[in-house]
Amino acid sequence: MSKSVALFALLVMSAASSVSATEPPEFRLVIRDHRFVPAELKVPANTKIKLVVVNQDATPEEFESHELNREKVVTGRGTIPVYVGPLKPGRYPFFGEFHAETAQGALIAQ
Amino acid sequence: MLAIWILVFREVLEAAMIVSIVAAATRGVAGRWRWIGSGILIGCAGAGLVAAGAEGIAGALSGMGQEWFNAGVLLAATAMIGWHVVWMARHGRQLASEAGRFGADVSAGRRPLTALMVVVALAVLREGSEVVLFAYGMLAGGSASDGLVTGGALGLLSGVAAGVAMYAGLLRIPMRHFFRATNGLLILLAAGLAAAAAGFLNQADVLPTFADPLWDSSWLLTDDAWLGRALHALVGYSAQPTGMQVLFYLSIVVLLSGGARLAAPRRDAIAAVPTPST
Repeated sequence: MSKSVALFALLVMSAASSVSATEPPEFRLVIRDHRFVPAELKVPANTKIKLVVVNQDATPEEFESHELNREKVVTGRGTIPVYVGPLKPGRYPFFGEFHAETAQGALIAQ
Repeated sequence: MLAIWILVFREVLEAAMIVSIVAAATRGVAGRWRWIGSGILIGCAGAGLVAAGAEGIAGALSGMGQEWFNAGVLLAATAMIGWHVVWMARHGRQLASEAGRFGADVSAGRRPLTALMVVVALAVLREGSEVVLFAYGMLAGGSASDGLVTGGALGLLSGVAAGVAMYAGLLRIPMRHFFRATNGLLILLAAGLAAAAAGFLNQADVLPTFADPLWDSSWLLTDDAWLGRALHALVGYSAQPTGMQVLFYLSIVVLLSGGARLAAPRRDAIAAVPTPST
């Protein structure tokens, strides 16, 4: 009984670790004056990547993308990790929900 | 000001859709407005706390605290709706057949109303915390504050108006089908919340996506369109869901409709219940 529990726990853990086994390559995205810098970021396609969103403004922002299925608040002067992909080659727009007039950008997966 | 109006309206709309379904589903239950009102108030207080603790939440669990928090809130709401739906299946028909004596039976209605109060509170908390963060940012950034007040008030009012309109629309459903319809809506609402939770667990990278996206219906209706947003809040519409989200959605639909069917008293048992007229 306890053996099967241990085996199950092992299975769950290995399944969980296989989801994020190796740390994916990092790409930096800066928010400054309610704009994304760079506004277009080239990233490799077909592999998982880690976006590091650095908010240099004092005001909070929400990094959001329907195409990437991502939605995450970044506080003023805060930094958040956002895992993305693997993406098929293409253009994936994202925006800052709190300042959508200016905060527009896109990932170019190639 | 228009940007503020739209942003606040969007967040309020999502919460208002949920509240209007809850309000319709509890039609005829004594004291329900007190429960719903309490849920809204608790949610507002919670929204302030969450916004104040946003930095702590964001930094927790190696940067994935927000995802876990959102998923937790959404799954808790799903569970509460599930509880209510199954409870209603067990007792609802009896309640409907004794509708005249509803007021006398408050104690019977208390349990599921607590569950739905929690649902209302969680919905308001989730959407409200974004509004608070946004408003705080505007104030901290020194942007025109009358635009914030006017836009915020207009956003709140129009969001509430949309909720009231939705509620009025739901009340037009004929009484014969009414509770089956609201129960069905509650099941789809719960499924949508569970799918959103799966989205956050995908985002936190703790669940596989299976397919990302499983389909793309944005040519038909984007998530950005007003109809897309309303349908997202009501039944969990997403133009580009992941496989895991669809799996969560379907699982909840099957679980809750199956659970309601199992919990429903048999027809002969209902016939055996003495009618009040005797």
